[in-house]
Amino acid sequence: MAEHGDAQAALIPFLQYCQEQDGYVTQQAVSDAAALTGITDGEVESIVSFYSLLFQHPVGKHIIHACRTLSCMLGGADRLHEHIRRRLGVRNGETSADGEFTYQEVECLAACDKAPCLQHNLQFHYNVTPEEFDRLLETWRAQPAGAALPAE
Amino acid sequence: MATFEPVLTKGVGQLDLTDVAAYRKNGGFVALEKALKDMTPESIIAEVTASNLRGRGGAGFPTGKKWGFLPKDGRPRYLVCNCDEAEPGTFKDHMLLEQTPLQLIEGLILSAYAINAAHIVVYIRGEFLEGYRIFMRALSAAREAGYVGDNLLGSGYSADILVHRGAGAYICGEETAMLESIEGKRGEPRLKPPFPANAGLFGMPTVVNNVETLCCIPHILTRGAAWFASIGPPKSPGPKIISVSGQVQKPGNYEIPMGLPAGELLQDYAGGLLPGRTLKAIQPGGGSSAAIFAEDLHTGIDYDSLAAKQTMLGSGGFVVMDDTTCMVRASMTLVRFFEYESCGQCTPCREGGQWVHRILRRLEAGEGSDADLLVLNTINDTLTGTNLCPLGDSIMPFLLSVLRRFPQEFAEHVTLAGCPFDPARRMVAA
Repeated sequence: MAEHGDAQAALIPFLQYCQEQDGYVTQQAVSDAAALTGITDGEVESIVSFYSLLFQHPVGKHIIHACRTLSCMLGGADRLHEHIRRRLGVRNGETSADGEFTYQEVECLAACDKAPCLQHNLQFHYNVTPEEFDRLLETWRAQPAGAALPAE
Repeated sequence: MATFEPVLTKGVGQLDLTDVAAYRKNGGFVALEKALKDMTPESIIAEVTASNLRGRGGAGFPTGKKWGFLPKDGRPRYLVCNCDEAEPGTFKDHMLLEQTPLQLIEGLILSAYAINAAHIVVYIRGEFLEGYRIFMRALSAAREAGYVGDNLLGSGYSADILVHRGAGAYICGEETAMLESIEGKRGEPRLKPPFPANAGLFGMPTVVNNVETLCCIPHILTRGAAWFASIGPPKSPGPKIISVSGQVQKPGNYEIPMGLPAGELLQDYAGGLLPGRTLKAIQPGGGSSAAIFAEDLHTGIDYDSLAAKQTMLGSGGFVVMDDTTCMVRASMTLVRFFEYESCGQCTPCREGGQWVHRILRRLEAGEGSDADLLVLNTINDTLTGTNLCPLGDSIMPFLLSVLRRFPQEFAEHVTLAGCPFDPARRMVAA
């Protein structure tokens, strides 16, 4: 994209790439991005903080985004979310004590006909009941480590 | 029962429309071949203008007119596709991206040809990882088949498509916030004017079109503007995908003729309400729209009929709520959405959203007061119409519509010191 505008157009793809490598946007990535685009570290941080899929701190290798907006609420999201928090021993936005799972309640994921829905590392899971969540949790635990949020 | 012959969703669920051969068999690329051979850009714009196609992203602005605003000053032009769908209750672009990416690509190339755009940028919501992968595969296949790239079908016209993946922000669906985001900045809406037609991406003339809008273009060129304009009300015509969710038997995306009565969509397409329930409220046009009620079921689903009911077609997210749903809680959920998604530039939106959310939380937790109700009834005067972009103006419409319709339900949360729908439970979010 940068070839069409100025260098800053490369900033978000660059940060997405860095996050795929390191798990989050490290201080080094911020400095590199600033040098690449000719803006300050502070400006880069302000941009990182704006976007919910860019992380300023380390996160688990499993990131669970559970939708909490109206259609999912009508489909029983509150009960599911309580269950997930209890199972992982976290509050909204926290990472489990073993560092494996980061849990975030998010806004509408555009899968409202299959409520409640959630994403695990940006892969959709639909009509998730507490029982289904427990089953998914077992399969995720058995998975090898990979990039939590693939940037491609 | 539903008899409308699908246009945009024809073959979806039956054919693998990400495959070039299957898409061609389904009628795909006929318009592109015809246009590049026989049509001038001007004649395409004339055809789209005559079709009365209105933008499917939410605002409903006439597409041909939008294209016509581009200044003829020789500067390079951009076509940006808005695939950042995140309006509560809306999931049609998500489906079109994954199920018919080649239809979108054909619409993009046709539109770029019509407005003589030098560059096409598709902004795909960051959460749509699977959709992004499907689109990239379809793009490679289309490029290989000669529908994207240099000298398309020997016409001398060249167009390529760049994809920008979003990084998580509802506001980037607002067109000027989207341009900021593509430029590598915080997705904060710009002050208008200047409009994107004059100063858009990288300061150049730019058109931003929604996925579903672009998907309509091939069909308008294949079957003609008159055919398109004959579907539904003349000022608001065409096929329209409505995303139905909430408390219905068969939630899903349904392609309807514009103007279909809301009750027919609910009953004939979505299978009606759950057994034993009665209808309480419907949000007909995404999280930003005011509710309609049981007596409005004859209302046509189109831009003008819904506007006459003080609500809107918006994005086509049709969320159904029955008599078991608490309107304070439904409002709280939606206001929390706008509070969370506010970019923070405008004080009424940033502070107002938080304020209204806190009040609704208090009411739902049984800690509300008459003073809270008074604020809910009066805050609109300073909260709405005082912001740079429509996000701030989207906080109040649903809340106000149900507050006016069910004032006793809101008052009961104060007198009962709790939620009448769930007395055992004190609603406290994590």
